[in-house]
Amino acid sequence: MSDREHLFSRKNLDLLKNPLGPSNPITVQVLGICSALAVTAQIKPAVVMSISVVIVTALANLIISLLRNTIPNRIRIIVQLVVIASLVILVDQVLKAFVYDVSKQLSVFVGLIITNCIIMGRLEAFALANKPWPSFLDGLGNGAGYGLILIIVAFFRELLGSGSVLGYNVVEKIGLDKIGYENNGLMVLSPMALITVGIIIWIHRSRDRSLIEDK
Amino acid sequence: MNRNGNTYTFIYASVMVIIVATILSVAAISLKPLQQQNIEVEKKQNILASVNINPPKEEAGKTYEKIIINSYVVNSSGETMEGIDAFTVDMKKEHAKPVEQRALPVYEAVIENEGIKYIMPLYGAGLWGPLWGYISLNSDMNTVYGAFFDHQSETPGLGAEIVTDMFQDPFTGKTLFDQNGEFVSITVAKKSEKAPEQHRVDAISGGTITSKGLQEMLYNDLQQYIAFFKKKKNSRYE
Repeated sequence: MSDREHLFSRKNLDLLKNPLGPSNPITVQVLGICSALAVTAQIKPAVVMSISVVIVTALANLIISLLRNTIPNRIRIIVQLVVIASLVILVDQVLKAFVYDVSKQLSVFVGLIITNCIIMGRLEAFALANKPWPSFLDGLGNGAGYGLILIIVAFFRELLGSGSVLGYNVVEKIGLDKIGYENNGLMVLSPMALITVGIIIWIHRSRDRSLIEDK
Repeated sequence: MNRNGNTYTFIYASVMVIIVATILSVAAISLKPLQQQNIEVEKKQNILASVNINPPKEEAGKTYEKIIINSYVVNSSGETMEGIDAFTVDMKKEHAKPVEQRALPVYEAVIENEGIKYIMPLYGAGLWGPLWGYISLNSDMNTVYGAFFDHQSETPGLGAEIVTDMFQDPFTGKTLFDQNGEFVSITVAKKSEKAPEQHRVDAISGGTITSKGLQEMLYNDLQQYIAFFKKKKNSRYE
């Protein structure tokens, strides 16, 4: 094993960093949009959702990568699903036992992590063909890339829709409501999440020209 | 062994399922007591919230013991039903039964200097999922002393605002019966909607269906207690 790489070699760090920018799962690969719409009306559920997804993607990637040489090709999707579903149920059970209020807030969305395409996408595209450690990092990175967008969207939706940040009412504090400012109720509804994501994609692409396809 | 053969695939799938099943059952069983306790503590907190007492999680059990002096189950004719623990009554299951057969829990809370309050659970439907709550009445069985509402999946920032004090506090002091003793419940009304001041609270703008669901819930569930309310009221003057 002379060609063994350093744990945090540049290549490995890139696995962690790239999903935050040039290969972001939401803004570039456009995966996991569904839950990005559902849990981003306020920041707190978005943060908890992000943490849960990071844990699930990282662990699922790790487990599948460890098993990659044993998985029968014909049932590999089923195996992936079983691993993801079990992890999600474990996360859900742990949340219910230790942070009950948060698990109540997320309600069905934790279960819906199972259907998050980012996770299956990474398992298929990365974990099945790579060693455990890089797979684990790739999972962490993609989970974080997803979470980053989620939290940005949630920040704007909560600020413009409910006039608060993390439940702290900013609009009332700086007295905007007294001069006739009204919160935009539309921001709280899911369509505006889609539009917010769209704006983020626009900004992302205009700053990183390499993302724009050749005609 | 041939990794693409049928035998291998079957064995692989079976072993995987057994391992996963074991892990999940162990997790479910070992975490169950903690989860159950969370649910119980929350219920106690919710009941106490309806009489405007909000103890932290750690003290909820103790405070509950101190404040809630009595609990029992009545039926829709106002008679006490024996042998049922009010705390364990599942409102969702009761709602599946016909009204006459429902077990209706009542909790009696004693508040310092203010006497006994009667707490009734509520259960109904919002926009996306169930709503529930507790409402407490003064011993005149008419004036609301406090209310607490919660929901499973109402829209954050809109319908979900029913959990805020801003929505719940105005219920205090409202009455359920009009001067003639007719049951009118409480209307959760929009600004434009007319309703007597004594029987109305403001709805949530943008949360109309949740607000109306909550109004229905109050009407339907409190209606079942009318016989009990009248009985209690009369017994005070005897």
